[in-house]
Amino acid sequence: MKTQGAVLPRQRGIDISLLKKNAVPLLFAALCILGVMVSGMDPSFLLYEIITRFSRNSFLVLALLIPVSAGLGLNFAITIGAMAGQIAIVTITHYQIKGLNGLLWAMALSVPLAVAMGYLAGMVMNRAKGREMITSMILGFFANGLYQLLFLFLVGTVIPMKNRAMMLPEGVGLRNTVDLYGVARALDKLWRINIGGIWIPMGTLLVVALLCVVLQYFMRTRLGQEMRAVGQDRHIAEVAGIDVDRIRIIAMIFSTVLAAWGQLIFLQNISTLNTYNSHEQVGTFAVAALLVGGATATRASIWQALVGLLLFHTLFVVSPQAGQALFGIPQIGEYFRVFVAYGVIAVALALHSWQSRSK
Amino acid sequence: MAHALEMRGITKSYFGNTVLKSVDIAVNPGEIHALVGENGAGKSTLMNILFGMPVIHDTGGFEGEILVDGQTVNIESPMDAMNLGIGMVHQEFMLLPGFTVTENIKLNRELGRPNIVSRILGKKFELLDKEQMGKDSRQALDKLGVDIDEWLPVAGLPVGYMQFVEIAREIDKSRMKILVFDEPTAVLTEAEADLFLNAVRRLAESGLAILFISHRLDEVVGVAHDVTVLRDGEVVGHLPGQEARVDRIAELMVGRKVDRPSLPPREKEPSDDDLILEISSLSVDMPGERLAGLDLKVRRGEILGIGGLAGHGKVGIANGIMGLYPSSGIVYKDGRELPLNNPKAALSQGIAFVSEDRRGVGLLLDESIENNIAFTSAQVQDRFLRKRLPWTSLQVRDNEAIRQYALETIKELDIRCQGPEQPVRRLSGGNQQKVCLARALALSPEVLFASEPTRGIDVGAKSLVLDLLVKFNREFGMTVVITSSELAELRMVCDRIAIVYQGRLIGILSPDASDVEYGLMMAGKKRAEVS
Repeated sequence: MKTQGAVLPRQRGIDISLLKKNAVPLLFAALCILGVMVSGMDPSFLLYEIITRFSRNSFLVLALLIPVSAGLGLNFAITIGAMAGQIAIVTITHYQIKGLNGLLWAMALSVPLAVAMGYLAGMVMNRAKGREMITSMILGFFANGLYQLLFLFLVGTVIPMKNRAMMLPEGVGLRNTVDLYGVARALDKLWRINIGGIWIPMGTLLVVALLCVVLQYFMRTRLGQEMRAVGQDRHIAEVAGIDVDRIRIIAMIFSTVLAAWGQLIFLQNISTLNTYNSHEQVGTFAVAALLVGGATATRASIWQALVGLLLFHTLFVVSPQAGQALFGIPQIGEYFRVFVAYGVIAVALALHSWQSRSK
Repeated sequence: MAHALEMRGITKSYFGNTVLKSVDIAVNPGEIHALVGENGAGKSTLMNILFGMPVIHDTGGFEGEILVDGQTVNIESPMDAMNLGIGMVHQEFMLLPGFTVTENIKLNRELGRPNIVSRILGKKFELLDKEQMGKDSRQALDKLGVDIDEWLPVAGLPVGYMQFVEIAREIDKSRMKILVFDEPTAVLTEAEADLFLNAVRRLAESGLAILFISHRLDEVVGVAHDVTVLRDGEVVGHLPGQEARVDRIAELMVGRKVDRPSLPPREKEPSDDDLILEISSLSVDMPGERLAGLDLKVRRGEILGIGGLAGHGKVGIANGIMGLYPSSGIVYKDGRELPLNNPKAALSQGIAFVSEDRRGVGLLLDESIENNIAFTSAQVQDRFLRKRLPWTSLQVRDNEAIRQYALETIKELDIRCQGPEQPVRRLSGGNQQKVCLARALALSPEVLFASEPTRGIDVGAKSLVLDLLVKFNREFGMTVVITSSELAELRMVCDRIAIVYQGRLIGILSPDASDVEYGLMMAGKKRAEVS
């Protein structure tokens, strides 16, 4: 009896601490289950939607992991990487390079752009130590301005470009939507399998899996160790002889390049480019997905990213239907998912500043 | 045999202010050499020179030469020092709490195994060789004779063990020849310190040259083969270990000739019959300056000095009474108990405070001089406010009164400024301190606590500040309690000087007492008390 009494509370203690640790994903899992039940969606359609969204968004969320481990917080500036990706995809669409070949070209083309932009973003972040997150968000907005200048005005005037299908009738600026017929689903179609009537884009999932392996490897290298050290305490890392500023710039470059590729994967699945909007919410949605998985601004793992993606997108898919079923108005569900995305970020940021102050 | 390390004729000045004058120091392999001196004696500057810290080169370099193994060397960066085999164990821990002991020991010196990826992308992409890293760490820890699991995270370790991890990191560096300990035992308990000192002895026996900087003189005497004493940037004594005694070292550290100026006389000399403050068993939890049960009586109308070595808690007294750090104990003001941990209560009881942290706590740096002067009085005493509306709680600043008072004070205290509207950030240290004093004065306090009132201000301004404190005392009858690391200053203006040792009062000395008496008392040896 006595031993039982001693063992039981300890077990309960473990359970509670596990619950506490995973409170956020568990809460969202409950919300998801509730949403699925209320919406009454066709399970195979739901599954198809979730798999599609998971495969096309995961690269973007995984792009956030490196800056978190290097102490830069949640990198809202991955929008900049997305813009680099879009510039690349516009270019290859213009030159009509098609299929997987075109996608690979776009990936190659986006690298120098993303590296340059990541470098600049990293330099700005080094000037704004301790305020990285808000800086990255504003950087994203700022870059958006330049991006719009490029595609609204410079294309067709300073940059000689003639392409009726892609450009506005006046010959200056790109159309609002560009059909990416050339690279449409280039990666998804590479290898698909059909399980129970659901097409699973194995090619894309494989690339995501590969990225997970690479990230895992990277964190165990010398450079990864240095990043973790910088992420824990800049000052101590500096005293140990680590070039803190350089490491932070490298982290930003990696993140931006991965975001560029992530956006390419996203676009090939969507197959149309919303020239002026596609990239806008990339940062917030990726960050929200990561946070739903239980990550914080200082700690994030691959598993948290993947779990968060699944939950966040499940919620995304079911909430309009759930809104329709509960209130008769699908917009309520729409509001709800926007509310969740921003709410989760707001709570995470508040928690972050609260924790860093209590240190 | 050549010295492992020799520093010859080191002279350094910051902006014309000489902080080191022709300092010589030599350490042999296998020897523990202690470097002692009060705050500001120049120890840290000397170490900054040894490690080639940027602050030295940014301020015009130094004179003199450094020899390692008899060879003149040029140390321009901490990296150079490291490559020469000079290591430093820092006062505050440079450990990452989330890393394991091994990861911390090998921080930025990780071992890697080359693979295909690293051959293409470079060494940075080698996978870490955790096994070998662990083995190396184990070896370093064994050398120190400590039994810590090398795979534990640092976060949960006791403080003393963190120190060992830090040392293990230094000795794990190959070719480490000279190891500098900067106040290594300041944060250790006594048992931990013993363990630590044994480890240091073992290291010396293994042939390392050790430079040991410490305030704890009994420790220095116990462990050092050689002692060098610095005072005001000069070597004032060099004692072989067997001759080094605590009192002798302490005397060298604090001793200096002081001419006590004749101070204006008082109508009535303060005495124990008329106490203004009675402090009993005051404990203050101020990091680095803890007080543990201090008893002290302050006489009405006196200037009381509080001295003691850094870290023994002298600064904690004023900070505790003013409620800036959590404190416990009983303090009577005029026979009535003063609530602790309540800054407003202390202020409204007529106790004012000039903080040692002038730029942090003492001033609102971006506010004007006049606002800084008036702020506390307006908050606590409703001074400089006037009623605009019939409700008493709604009051507005009385700008005219503030301006007038500020102008008077600026003139009276001789604050050198462009006018009362100038932000205090742009004033010199001495003038900033005068603004602090002006604010305290605006409260018309009965008791004024001045913590390190002359720290970080130039020599001319120092005597002005001290003169002001004497003036407050003589003209306004203010009781002044000055806490200072500069004993000489206390001896110039104070009626009595209380010495704090390890968080308690150890004795009260007259300003005329001998250097030996001061030295002994600051080192914790009690002798005759002086009334």
